[in-house]
Amino acid sequence: MNSPFRARGHGHIDRDTTLSFTFDGTAYTGHPGDTLASALLANGVHQVARSIKYGRPRGVLAAGAEEPNALVQIEVPFPEPMLTATTVELYEGLVARGLSGQGRLSSRPDTARYDTMHAHCDILVVGAGPAGLAATLAAARAGARVVLVDELPRPGGSLLGTRELLDGVPATAWVSDVAAEIAACSDVRVLQRTTAFGCYDDGLVLALEKRTDHLGAAAPAHISRQRIWRIRAKQVVFATGAYERPVAFDDNDRPGVMLAGSARAYLNRFGVLSGRQAVVFTTNDSVYPAALELADAGLRTAAVIDAREEVPAYWRTACDERGIDVRAGHVVTGTSGIERLSRAHVAAFSHGRLGDRQGIDCDLLLVSGGWNPAVALFSQARGTLDYDAGIGAFVPAQAPGNVRTAGAASGTFTLTGCLADGADAARRALSAIGRTGRTVALPAAAPLPDAAPGRVLWRVPSPRDSPDGSHQFVDLQRDALVADVLRATGAGLRSVEHVKRYTTIGTAHDQGRTSGVMASGIVAEALGMDVAELGTTRFRPPAVPVAFAALAGRNRGELFDPVRVTALHPWHVEHGALFEDVGQWKRPWYYPQAGETMDEAVLRECRAARTGVALMDGSTLGKINVQGPDAGVLLDRLYTNMMSTLKVGRVRYGVMCGIDGMALDDGTVIRVAEQEFLLTTTTGNAARILEWMEEWLQTEWPGLRVHLTSVTEHWATIPLVGPRSRDVLAVVAPGLDVDNDAFPFMSWRDATVAGIPARVCRISFSGELAYEINVPAWDGITVWKALYAAGSAYGITPYGTETMHVLRAEKAYPIIGQDTDGTITPQDLGMSWVVSKKKPDFIGKRSFSREENRRGDRKQLVGLLPADEQVLLPEGAQIIATSSIPAPPVPMLGHVTSSYRSDALQRTFALALVRSGTRRIGETLYVPLDGRTVPVTVTEPVLFDKEGTRRDG
Amino acid sequence: MQLIACPWCGEREETEFRYGGQAHVAYPDDPYALDDEQWAQYVFFRDNPKGPFAERWVHSAGCRRWFNALRDTVTHEFLRVYVISAQHPLTTSTAPAAQQRKGQEAI
Repeated sequence: MNSPFRARGHGHIDRDTTLSFTFDGTAYTGHPGDTLASALLANGVHQVARSIKYGRPRGVLAAGAEEPNALVQIEVPFPEPMLTATTVELYEGLVARGLSGQGRLSSRPDTARYDTMHAHCDILVVGAGPAGLAATLAAARAGARVVLVDELPRPGGSLLGTRELLDGVPATAWVSDVAAEIAACSDVRVLQRTTAFGCYDDGLVLALEKRTDHLGAAAPAHISRQRIWRIRAKQVVFATGAYERPVAFDDNDRPGVMLAGSARAYLNRFGVLSGRQAVVFTTNDSVYPAALELADAGLRTAAVIDAREEVPAYWRTACDERGIDVRAGHVVTGTSGIERLSRAHVAAFSHGRLGDRQGIDCDLLLVSGGWNPAVALFSQARGTLDYDAGIGAFVPAQAPGNVRTAGAASGTFTLTGCLADGADAARRALSAIGRTGRTVALPAAAPLPDAAPGRVLWRVPSPRDSPDGSHQFVDLQRDALVADVLRATGAGLRSVEHVKRYTTIGTAHDQGRTSGVMASGIVAEALGMDVAELGTTRFRPPAVPVAFAALAGRNRGELFDPVRVTALHPWHVEHGALFEDVGQWKRPWYYPQAGETMDEAVLRECRAARTGVALMDGSTLGKINVQGPDAGVLLDRLYTNMMSTLKVGRVRYGVMCGIDGMALDDGTVIRVAEQEFLLTTTTGNAARILEWMEEWLQTEWPGLRVHLTSVTEHWATIPLVGPRSRDVLAVVAPGLDVDNDAFPFMSWRDATVAGIPARVCRISFSGELAYEINVPAWDGITVWKALYAAGSAYGITPYGTETMHVLRAEKAYPIIGQDTDGTITPQDLGMSWVVSKKKPDFIGKRSFSREENRRGDRKQLVGLLPADEQVLLPEGAQIIATSSIPAPPVPMLGHVTSSYRSDALQRTFALALVRSGTRRIGETLYVPLDGRTVPVTVTEPVLFDKEGTRRDG
Repeated sequence: MQLIACPWCGEREETEFRYGGQAHVAYPDDPYALDDEQWAQYVFFRDNPKGPFAERWVHSAGCRRWFNALRDTVTHEFLRVYVISAQHPLTTSTAPAAQQRKGQEAI
């Protein structure tokens, strides 16, 4: 099938293969090598979307990532929004439609894979145009480790879009030679279809590689679709080229208006003529080679409208030879047409005044307002920019030591200059890392006349009656007008950053590549300032849109965060446990039986622990082994109570505080041997407490001879709880004397439990007679099963964290971090008994005597009993003094920290932090709840077995 | 993502480290000789300079060792890293690191 706008003999496309695709419901064909945009243009389709605010028809303006208009949504093979038609490679079966500024994410899960790669190199080159290839070649020949990333499917950059010659043959021949040479270097990695989008500290550059997007439905499932490259480079060369910028004039957004260099690229890369009859509007020399190439390929070109007073004779002659009318000192003032362009309006323009207008029929208006170096990445790397009034653009000024630009990105716009600059950038980068580059022979470009200076022109005055720029577009994607910029400056805005936010110019997917500098120019004009003084907006990553899926890579689903399970986990799953996430741990929450609600299951588990026997998996408790001659000294300094006097074989409960005196963590400490302790921490605090201890040991007391080791996962820990726990333990540990006198509370014994060497501690987190059985994790399941079997005669019941919480709350054992919030001292918790009066000092002690910590109206831990025994207070609920809620600000007395239904009390209860709580015991306070207030009685925190009669069985 | 040169492991990415606040703030010799305000200065108050700042860091996801660093708070650049026992590099740049223990040379 022949597309009507293909030009013979041009383009790097495979004309022997035809690809079918659908756009906006119409079937078309194209060829491998096409982008969606080039295939549409080849079929005469210029309009791809309507604008987001005004619904105006919009066409393809550019040929690359700078495209502001041609946003599309891919529908097949997988829905993906907000892609630019100019960067979507064509594939068989592609179905897409134009977007009016907003896309739609798929409601189906994306089954494609995404991944992350890491690379380290001496020199990273971004961009495989003439400067980037020269830089890569020079670095590769010096033996450096090089990574070259380039956004296009093949190397060449701008050379793919022109018919320039090197050494008398097409420049693409040189590109192929260089590509072949660097491909043969084992230390050079070339990544095509890869866009660097962020530059960070210390030479870290992130790039997005599109691996299978261009294959459509034929993409192999085993290859990741996209991957993020994290490239750590000693030196970075940004050979990122330049973007052509348009000029604002009336109705400059009409389909058929295109950047001149882009039309040239469509011809030379894709063999596409973007129209039949063209008018060219320029402020500089760069359009002439473009116009000549297009004319030679068959584009009828009526006129070149050059805003400059003088046009170089060389170009005028070349145009004359082709019958192209060159009008110096003229501008395009506007366009007309029914949707697509059919006429350009031209007028003489001198001394700020427009002459008479004349219409020229055309279906293509090629525009060039000059070129902006692509400095986004350089700027992200903290390179500074200067305004170059000669080219009307911001160019790199000062660079940090590890980055530099080359070629058009530096503001060098000749081919010869770009090649030399690339090789020179590589030489300087090599030198910065102590290597020497050899001289690289570069090919010679065809001689051109010296470029005449361009004219810097941001906008053409509007010939309409109201010259307010209300038909002149600056940011086509955001539908932002010259009028909007003038409104912003009229409102008093003086900073381009403020104007950017006021007008939204430069905030779309294209990040203002075609509009940003123009906006600065128009603001400067409006304010009567120099653009240099005004500056440009700051560039931030990502420079191109990147899908979250790509950034997430494999870190999703199960791999998002590690899941930690205990050695007993399979048993819990088998027995129907529901799990609670505690940090990264999965802990059994409760074990519902058939038909049971959570409340019923927890009450049943509590009853078993208080009346019979129950067991739980406590393996997640943090465990830190402390060894060395000064172990006792260290613990004495870190715990509020005395640990060095603990005897081998005994256990002590302890609290750690920060230097501010606030409770940090609590747990038990056992003395394993004269120079060895084992301490436990709250499950979620294990790593933090180890770091806390290391911090003091390493930074404050490096002289102490102590070593700390985390042994959390070495041990399976099984609390066996309840009045019948002694009977069960006696069965499975026949060699252990379980008599209360032989094995008293707060002691531990080595024993053989179910044939396994175990350490059994008599500690209790429920107030009941209880044993904590510790065995190597490997043997945990054996011991658990043996206990479960031996306990069956007593109705042994497994219980989870919820029951554990109810049991400990009935006894007012606090959970640091739940019943405290970093502002609560041990004294506030009613635990003055855990604070040593004998020790001269420990961490936190000095702060206890601060005035603030001795106030009588501090918040203190108390119990709360709702008047209605069935009302369960929500944790976090506020507490007030009055039965009706007073006008704000409502005086808050505190909040509920723990709240449960109790089987033992046959009612609900709560723990709370209440201002002057200890003094309020017996008072009635109120908890606002669902628009009413619930009366509650303040009580001592311990609500069950105050005398502690149950712990010995 | 900055690289931080751990004195023991070499350059590693910043996510492996945890910040430990201002360096060279010693635990007072006798906390009980300080009045509440002096004690509060130790507990709560730290310098917040613009420019070079001596800080403590710990290589949490690596060797777990604490070290000090001189960092420019304007550019975030690490000017140098040094062992905990070495003296503040800005106050005693010419003095020998007398308190250093064996095997802990300043870097």
